[in-house]
Amino acid sequence: MLNLQQWMALLPLILCSLTALSIMLAIPRQRRYYNVAAVMTAGGLSPVVLAIAKRRHYNVISVITGAGLGLALLSLIPVWTVTPLSIGPLFVVDPFAHLMMAVLLLTALACLTLSRTYFRHYARNREEFFLLFSLAVTGAMTLVCSRHLASLFIGLELLALPVYGMVTYNVHERSALEAGIKYLILGAASSAFMLFGMALLYALSGSLSFGGIAPLFEGTLPPSMLAMVALVMILVAVAFKLSLAPFHLWTPDVYQGAPAPVTTFLATVTKVAIIAVFVRFLIETHVFELPALKPVLSLLAILSILAGNLLALGQRNIKRILGYSSIAHVGYLLAAVVAATPQGLEATIMYLFAYVMTALGSFGVVSIMSSSESSDRDAHGLQDYRGLFWRYPFLALVMANAMLSLTGTPLSVGFIGKFQVAIATVGEGLWGLVAAQIVGSAIGVYYCLRVMITLFLPVPGMSIFVMPHRWRQQTSGLMLLGLSIIMLVVGIWPQPLIHLIQEARVVVLP
Amino acid sequence: MMLPWLILIPWIGGLLCWQVGTRSPNLPRWIATISMAVVLMLVLLLWMGGDYSLSGLPEAQPVWQQEFRAPWIESFGVSFHLGVDGLSVVMLLLAASLGLASVVCSWREVQHNPGVFYLNLLWNLGATLGVFLALDLFLFFCFWEMMLVPIFFLIALWGYNPPQDKGRIHAANQFFIFAQTSGLLLLFSIIGLVLAHYHETSVLSFDYDVLRTTKLTLLAEWILMLGFFIPFAVKLPVFPLHAWLPDAHAHAPTAGSVDIAGILIKTGAYALLRFTLPLFPRASQAFAPIAMTLGLAGIYYGAILACVQDDVKRLVAYINVSSMGFVLIALYAANTLALQGAVLQMLAHALSSGALFILFGQLYERLHTRDLRDMGGLWSRLSFLPGAALFFALASLSLPGTGNFVSEFLILLGVYKTAPMVAVAAAGSLVLAVVYSLRLVQLAFFGPPHDKYPEVLVNPNVRELAMAGTFVVLLLALGLSPQPLLDLPLASLTRIHHTLVSATALVPPWPASVPVP
Repeated sequence: MLNLQQWMALLPLILCSLTALSIMLAIPRQRRYYNVAAVMTAGGLSPVVLAIAKRRHYNVISVITGAGLGLALLSLIPVWTVTPLSIGPLFVVDPFAHLMMAVLLLTALACLTLSRTYFRHYARNREEFFLLFSLAVTGAMTLVCSRHLASLFIGLELLALPVYGMVTYNVHERSALEAGIKYLILGAASSAFMLFGMALLYALSGSLSFGGIAPLFEGTLPPSMLAMVALVMILVAVAFKLSLAPFHLWTPDVYQGAPAPVTTFLATVTKVAIIAVFVRFLIETHVFELPALKPVLSLLAILSILAGNLLALGQRNIKRILGYSSIAHVGYLLAAVVAATPQGLEATIMYLFAYVMTALGSFGVVSIMSSSESSDRDAHGLQDYRGLFWRYPFLALVMANAMLSLTGTPLSVGFIGKFQVAIATVGEGLWGLVAAQIVGSAIGVYYCLRVMITLFLPVPGMSIFVMPHRWRQQTSGLMLLGLSIIMLVVGIWPQPLIHLIQEARVVVLP
Repeated sequence: MMLPWLILIPWIGGLLCWQVGTRSPNLPRWIATISMAVVLMLVLLLWMGGDYSLSGLPEAQPVWQQEFRAPWIESFGVSFHLGVDGLSVVMLLLAASLGLASVVCSWREVQHNPGVFYLNLLWNLGATLGVFLALDLFLFFCFWEMMLVPIFFLIALWGYNPPQDKGRIHAANQFFIFAQTSGLLLLFSIIGLVLAHYHETSVLSFDYDVLRTTKLTLLAEWILMLGFFIPFAVKLPVFPLHAWLPDAHAHAPTAGSVDIAGILIKTGAYALLRFTLPLFPRASQAFAPIAMTLGLAGIYYGAILACVQDDVKRLVAYINVSSMGFVLIALYAANTLALQGAVLQMLAHALSSGALFILFGQLYERLHTRDLRDMGGLWSRLSFLPGAALFFALASLSLPGTGNFVSEFLILLGVYKTAPMVAVAAAGSLVLAVVYSLRLVQLAFFGPPHDKYPEVLVNPNVRELAMAGTFVVLLLALGLSPQPLLDLPLASLTRIHHTLVSATALVPPWPASVPVP
């Protein structure tokens, strides 16, 4: 039985699931659900439900989601006092998980503001989106805390299944359907790989917990053939989820077809959760110390950096450009993982921070532009952004800031990330990765510049993306401006963030 | 406390320009002019107020006349460390005066969004001043990269699209990719040097003074030296890496060209002097023959191509390539005389080519062409401008009496001491200099007037006259009385020379300083 401390450590997770539950209860019109809600309220589960269960209400639902995630974020403060703590065999809340939960919740809140603006003018059922959203966040939170293959798989599917729905949320649009089905089929295949790998590991070790698998990979003898096969299968599934080359083929299509805020979610929350659990898996199972692992990961990283940057060159669709660039950036991230030691995850986490902020900024602008009432398609052509600076200077500056951060220009947060990865790779003497970084960045500069210069070119005429309301007064607009300021501050003065990151170690508990 | 203000004033001024730009087009012009004038005054104060003489020689550690240090990123050993010695003051003088000139010369040229234009120009100038001040390699790299983005915008948004050409955005992209890629190489080399120092002493620091004492194996020194040479060679530009320069010049607005020719490419030479030579003395000495060969190739390549250009700005761009070849051979000649010549060459050449860009920019405002085939006979149609252009063209061919003559003479003299064959070969290019300079003047100003000229050619106004006049005076002053500017960097250059000589026994010790008659 869990004691009080352990319950407390799980509080963020519980609050996330409660959010999902509240929305589920708040959406339906029917009387009988209202009764259920009343009963649950009486049980003290969720006091706000009663007031709003009578009818659909977009604003209320989105505010509940925000409040739930915000409460979860607040609950992280008391959780800090009990870390590191294991909760049964399934979960662990150590400083690393704690920081990752904070990142996830903040990112999810940012995505939420974008979704709220985006679906405001959506004609059909809008409220269910927030249900899927909060379920997916719960899944992501589960992932970063899990230290057991069962909780890993549950978390993975809890994250993936709602996202299939979110990708196809515009069911009447062909591209969204195409994207959703592609993602669903490939995602299911990758889950199958992962399950098979897990089954093999269980057959060999008789345990599903990370610590229980560790003996397979410890010691001076090379692990058995079967263990390596299992590892490769899990690696394939992870590579698919992270869209590492050569498992990246779905990424541009899904990024393009999904509604812009969902693309943002895919590029940020999903990636953070999976990288976090992957790093923990590598460390706790001692796979990290396998000599065969680093060359394989290095190869994946180099391929992703080169493929992502090269393929982005020819694109004219901004979501695809950003999609390919996210492939490359996950490649840099993986380079940081390769160069990391179990004690030194600074470069990885720093790059993750930089990547998440940059992706939020760039996809966020796409999302806000696509929320315009005057067009029902997403603003994904490069020409839609022509002369943005002369119409909406601050929005364009957010985008330009993100682009500079993607190229890694100094005083942007991307530079700090790139710098840390450079130090880590040079320090470990991984010259292949160093070369890939130089070549990849050189190519990457080109398409980032193309996007950036488009923002400042003279306006050709009227654009179809006109923002009727003052976008800066929307929550999403405020979020983007705040994000840009944070990006600038961190780029100029990264010392506090570096301190924060140095605290976040993975603690292996029995 | 003055040093950070040298960087902050242009940056704050730039932000002000941007914010007031929508209200009145003239306000940003005044703000930009005033900020750069203040910066120039501060630099003059710095020069007058400090003692940059040879006192305390010949210890290897540089002595900074003024320093500013603030903690920045302690976990990496990075601090916000600025400092000046004689060499930096010369470069600051150059940057501040040409910066002021580039602000003033675009007064009428830029009509479209002047606020944002001056934002970019001033941020570039601020970052360049930072490059000349930074004594922390991380900080230096930040400034080094921050110079690029504003220039990119200047070329891409306010540049020209000459007919039958890939366009200004192409040129801007090319410039940025060249610079950014080589910059990445620099970043990795800096990290390599810092980690090497860390492994040796367990002190993680990016500070110039600390890193100077690093003991490297010869192989590591070679690798890192190349990593520190190539990015600076791209900026300079050294012969095979020069491709971006003519395109950038041809498409940049006048202020951008003045900025690139006068300041930006000089950062490359400064960085070679400040970092590559003293940090890697042995490898640099061994590399000298290769560098000199590249320099010679650049001298001839630039001069020959300058002889056949029709676009005036491309012509001056190739003159840049040629004169920077002289600077390169002087830097690697490793004696104080040649180094003094190189510093003076940077000043004189920045003034003469900057002035040529400004004058032909003014002609462009009147004729709307920069093609020499569409000019001719202007001597009779315009007052003053052709005469001024003649003066600067003659300065480009190093006429005695101008600063260019003194500097090339010193360079050739210095190089002759170490590598006589190189000096002889370089001197031959002076013939080509006569060819391209006189061809420029001949085609533009003499012969029959072109029939497509506008009816009325407006004579230069006071602003234009004052600018050209100032440049003439400065260039003559450099030529007739170069001694103050030769003395100013002498202590720093002697130290660099001392480091080079003491690091290797292969090179015979030259006298620490050669008095200039």
